[in-house]
Amino acid sequence: MLRSSLLTSYLLFSLFSATAADLPKYATVTAERLQHPEPGNWLMYRGSYNSWGYSKLKQITRDNVQRLRPVWTYSTGMLEAHQAPPIVNAGMLFITTPQNHLLALDARSGELVWRYQRELPEDLFQLHPTNRGVALYGDAVYIATVDAHLIALDAQIGTPLWDQPVEDYLAGYYMTLAPLAIDGKILIGVSGGEFGTRGFIQAFAAADGKPLWKTYTIPGPGEPGHETWPGDSWKRGGAPVWVTGSYDPETKLTYWGTGNAGPWIGETRPGDNLYSSSLLALDVDTGAIRAHHQYHWNDSWDWDEVSAPLLVDLTRDGKTRKALVHVGRDGYLWLLERKPNAIGFIGAQNYVRQNIYRSLDPITGRPDYAPETVPHLGKRTEFCPSLWGGKDWPPAAYNPDTGYLYIPANENLCGAFTGEPAKYRPGELYLGVSLKNLEVFPHAQAKDHIGELQAWDLNAGKKVWTAKFPFHNWGPVLTTAGGLVFAGGTNDRNFRAFDAASGEVLWQQRTNSGVVGVPTAYEIDGVQYIAVQSGWGVDAQRKQEYLDKAFGRTTHVPQGGVLWVFALEKADLGEPGEPQPTNWFKPATSTRPWLLLALDNEGSVEAR
Amino acid sequence: MACDPDSTVANPGCSPQRRALLKSLGLVASGLLPRMGAGAPTDPTKLAPQLGDELWFPSWEATSRPIVADEVLFNGAPLTAVPYDPIAKVLRESSRLNQILVVRIAPTTDTKSGVLAYSGICTHAACAVSEWNSESRQLLCPCHGSAFDPAARGAVTGGPARRALPTLPVTITNGKLVVAGSFSAAVGAKKSWTTKS
Repeated sequence: MLRSSLLTSYLLFSLFSATAADLPKYATVTAERLQHPEPGNWLMYRGSYNSWGYSKLKQITRDNVQRLRPVWTYSTGMLEAHQAPPIVNAGMLFITTPQNHLLALDARSGELVWRYQRELPEDLFQLHPTNRGVALYGDAVYIATVDAHLIALDAQIGTPLWDQPVEDYLAGYYMTLAPLAIDGKILIGVSGGEFGTRGFIQAFAAADGKPLWKTYTIPGPGEPGHETWPGDSWKRGGAPVWVTGSYDPETKLTYWGTGNAGPWIGETRPGDNLYSSSLLALDVDTGAIRAHHQYHWNDSWDWDEVSAPLLVDLTRDGKTRKALVHVGRDGYLWLLERKPNAIGFIGAQNYVRQNIYRSLDPITGRPDYAPETVPHLGKRTEFCPSLWGGKDWPPAAYNPDTGYLYIPANENLCGAFTGEPAKYRPGELYLGVSLKNLEVFPHAQAKDHIGELQAWDLNAGKKVWTAKFPFHNWGPVLTTAGGLVFAGGTNDRNFRAFDAASGEVLWQQRTNSGVVGVPTAYEIDGVQYIAVQSGWGVDAQRKQEYLDKAFGRTTHVPQGGVLWVFALEKADLGEPGEPQPTNWFKPATSTRPWLLLALDNEGSVEAR
Repeated sequence: MACDPDSTVANPGCSPQRRALLKSLGLVASGLLPRMGAGAPTDPTKLAPQLGDELWFPSWEATSRPIVADEVLFNGAPLTAVPYDPIAKVLRESSRLNQILVVRIAPTTDTKSGVLAYSGICTHAACAVSEWNSESRQLLCPCHGSAFDPAARGAVTGGPARRALPTLPVTITNGKLVVAGSFSAAVGAKKSWTTKS
């Protein structure tokens, strides 16, 4: 541990303004609270261990959402992708920004309480300058840093409690995910699959940062699955872990998705390459791999399957199935079954155009590839969807009231690679596909739109509505008991509320930048808030440049992060007599969107 | 000698003012290190390029040896270099910030030989600027697509970078490339992250 360097490795601003000082004593986060989070708080990345992205709050409804307005904003002063959810615990709100700044704010007033700024190494190489948020446990807040440290801070005042180096950033390891707190442990995974690293998931003691267990996503010599890697390729095979996992308290299994194998071209590492592009079920006490499911073997398309599965109980054939729902970057919606020592295959179907899987094994779900769509060395190969897949990391959400899964999808995109031998050099890119040989373009028969928000009835196994956007959608999804779905993600800078049942856009707010942040909901003193960061960058911006090239246009999405917090007007909250705010922030009278909104004809469920 | 207008100068940052400053400080003759100060690393393999350093191929590229000026082809792909300390006889390649790209453009008032040295570290996110578009003759960063024009003092021509690639003054002495000054601006991404600029 690096206690001695704590004083020089960060800057901290503790402000304690009058408002902030009025905050109640910090509410300790217990294992029990994390298992049963109060509806008014948002204590972890997706709100709950089942990764639903669902809030039970219902003050804001489809009937009044038109009167949603910003109540405060906070400018972070930082550029690049602001992806972190506002995490809220009893009046304290935590966000992270690119460059590992961590801000604690009064969730009601927007007053800054403290700000931590990590002092990052000067020669740090950042392929993904972003961070996806914090974990809470006890009286501490935890951040995983882009120079591969795990840091605990006092949640009330922001002072670092411990700083645990996890790996060597000079070897290409880094972290962008929100840690996961389970019963006194803090779990993380590492990014760096593009740099010839070997992925792992590791647990640390929440109290003092002591390492508890470490499980590689690529088996070493003598371990099952090692034989799926030729030679020394396992040492640099990638399979990173960069999105927060799920957890089933009943079985004490934690579920994590893994990234693709590296370098990108599969023929350079013949074999299945376990456990790349897979789902792992780990025993939370020991880290032992109790089960796995590989979505696709020997990846050649850069399809990380890092999104954590949503734990949903489905009714199929009159029986309840404890499902794992995964929206794959491979363009397939996967339904798996969680069992104490196994992961079963229920079914899968494509949710966007996909030309690679000719069939899936009915028992195991293993795909059979169309050979002409598998990239090779020295040869240009086209495939659909593109390397960014049907859905990248932005999380889907599940609403138990509608029974629908909401997918931020990108349809009608294809790509091409021309592979080349990759040369390994520690800490530098190890891809085997040059930038100039990486292509993204619309499918020849479908140029009308790309971005979609899809709703799927999971019990019926059918898509029920689709909202369409001209360009790509990079918007993480929140759904609420108010019958709403919230998401941004488009290059027009809008943040929107959709009717969860029909997909109709009921409200939208144009923000400072593109919204790639994870939205959350919380409640203080009877007022429901919706919070989200707006700050375009990283892959959303990079993909925009490829699309601009393909469509022959230029799109400017300004950068710079701002946290937006919305609530209903006071009159809607039953507080008559209060002076009404000005109309300055109100959306135009008509919120009818300019975007192409259409109910999908394939759907079997009528819009309500 | 650094910044000698009569030598085969490859040095857009080599202004008369700079030459005068170096001479007044006695640094040109002494080869002292104008950028060393409190807190600077003392490990010679991590030090920024120093006056009198030679530019060599890095150890990961080939057997280490000096780059010969004639190897830098007109309008060709850049050569990757690192500084070599001829006194301690070490490559200064322990810092990623010492990755250098050497190109040859048409001779200009800045460079009679056309040979120029740029930082090889992107000013956006500190990725290595490792690719070359031979048609547009642009230096490319594979991480986020920033593009730089080596014939326009490293100006940004595409992607998210906001600052030009810093140049490193070099002279050609006995066919070798010799460092003749400091980078023209901060190397890397440190100043590229905030909206305050």
